[in-house]
Amino acid sequence: MSTPQPSAPQPPAPQHAPQPPAPQHAPQQPAPHWQPAPGPSSYTSPIPVVRTHLGHAIASEWTKIRSVRSTMWTLGVFLLLVVGIGFLVALQTTDLDYRDTPYTIPALFGLILGQICLITLGVLVVSSEYGTGMIRTTFTASPQRHRVLAAKLIIFFAVAFVVSALAIGVVGLFSAGLHSGAGGAPWGGTVVIGALYVSLLGVLALAVGSMLRHSAGAITTMLGVVLVPAILPAFLLISESLRPVAEKVLEYNAINSLAAVFDVGGDGGGRQLAVLAVITAAAIAGAFALLDRRDV
Amino acid sequence: MIEIEGLTKRYGEKVAVNNLTFTVRPGLVTGFLGPNGAGKSTTMRMILGLDRPTTGDVRIDGTRYDRLEDPLTYIGALLDAKAVHGGRSAYHHLLCLAQSNGIPASRVGEVLDTVGLKAVARRKAKNFSLGMGQRLGIAGALLGDPRILMFDEPVNGLDPEGIHWIRTLMQTLAAEGRTVFVSSHLMSEMAVTAEHLVVIGQGRLLADTSMADFIRRNSRSYVRVRTPQREQLLDALRTEGITPAGADDGALEVDGVRPEHLGELAARHGIVLHELSPRQASLEEAFMRLTAESVEYHAHTGPASSPPSGQWGAGWRKGS
Repeated sequence: MSTPQPSAPQPPAPQHAPQPPAPQHAPQQPAPHWQPAPGPSSYTSPIPVVRTHLGHAIASEWTKIRSVRSTMWTLGVFLLLVVGIGFLVALQTTDLDYRDTPYTIPALFGLILGQICLITLGVLVVSSEYGTGMIRTTFTASPQRHRVLAAKLIIFFAVAFVVSALAIGVVGLFSAGLHSGAGGAPWGGTVVIGALYVSLLGVLALAVGSMLRHSAGAITTMLGVVLVPAILPAFLLISESLRPVAEKVLEYNAINSLAAVFDVGGDGGGRQLAVLAVITAAAIAGAFALLDRRDV
Repeated sequence: MIEIEGLTKRYGEKVAVNNLTFTVRPGLVTGFLGPNGAGKSTTMRMILGLDRPTTGDVRIDGTRYDRLEDPLTYIGALLDAKAVHGGRSAYHHLLCLAQSNGIPASRVGEVLDTVGLKAVARRKAKNFSLGMGQRLGIAGALLGDPRILMFDEPVNGLDPEGIHWIRTLMQTLAAEGRTVFVSSHLMSEMAVTAEHLVVIGQGRLLADTSMADFIRRNSRSYVRVRTPQREQLLDALRTEGITPAGADDGALEVDGVRPEHLGELAARHGIVLHELSPRQASLEEAFMRLTAESVEYHAHTGPASSPPSGQWGAGWRKGS
């Protein structure tokens, strides 16, 4: 570039000289043709101003969860696993099997696999937004980030609970109809507790997804949470001193917890559900604590 | 109105935005200009509360962004056209945004119509072309019929038709009395859209001025002269008290003299001229000069943020 003026710091520049950077303390120079600002803004929108609340966020999250394919896929596969395997197992059992076990027990085998679907959906509900960049649009629309996360938790929990209770209930009805002669144990409670357990696992996954912000990382972490405690006791039992730890891990891992819910030699899974609830609450607290601090 | 005061963002050692203070006023298009990496997008993310400022404050019509209950009716922004879940349809994308702000669902159809996406409303966003994605982003910005609109490099990668559409849209929005804040790294783009100009370089404020003022001060006009008798012409000019500058190709550039006067001068001294042409330095050049100096300025004063002393500021103030 051919400039006749030296561009280095030169005192009072001629009319056409390059502008030196404005020092930060220089008072702002209103440009000559600036009109005085008429109030805060001169445009008035016809759209009514609304004080938004959690209900708006929930409506928004409901639209989100029902308008993506991944929801249909994960819940579809979940239903297929729980109901499909449940029916097959129910057909293989006899009336005698239900003398002191609930009619919902065939659902257990499908749930052990199906919980992975709910975990995946729970993670995706939040991490897919980080993966696609949608989260920036979301938080621009709702700067109250905690409200967004709360709405996600509520909607996901509601969907997961309804779908899993439905699946367990259908299996219970099917095997009750098939083996009506057995009399059987009351099974209404197992529908609720079983659905609560897998839904809470999904909620835990959602909280982990919110903290890790990465789909693959969060799903892997959650698979670890489900599978490692199921495998670990075998190794812990090698050492005599670790035996009490191993027994606790054995009792409270996700698979044995589900088995306890369906009354296979347990007390209905109440304690296991409580342990999961505490862990989930801690993860949710962590997710909320990190949410406001981080840039997106 | 967007008020930015003492805004600073540090990423570890790196200062992305350094003590920015300026105001974006209603009723006109304000261009936010700076080279790539100057901190434009970081500033805009801080305006929207996506990034937390290290220090400083941003106010939207007097309120902090995270205190806005229905922000889409205050400020509509398009920062990144790809900030969309690709598996969701354009309609549902806009619907979930509208619901979160209590905006009637009927607005979704209206803005889809405005940006010309009505026919593809049910198609997934990932199948959209760049231009369609940009239009969807703008539809989201217009959803709440906000008083303030903010666009980050909106014409990047668009075809001429799309560019023309966005330019017209921004001017229409500003004419309705809205605040329009638009970033670009292209001076030429700003020259046709913006009425006010905020220039930053390396995160610092370099200029905050009206476009007309910027053009008046920066479009240097000069006369380009080419001659085989260079020394004789230089002597002749010197007797007149004129000091020309040399161009790269051996030609001379003379400021503040009319071409007629130069031609007559050359004729009087019997000097042959091969070229005598009035020229106007482009705004692009002026912008590059301005931002290049911010680099130079940094190199000279080091990382310390002490404001430059007297003469720079004095020159600037006089200039404006």
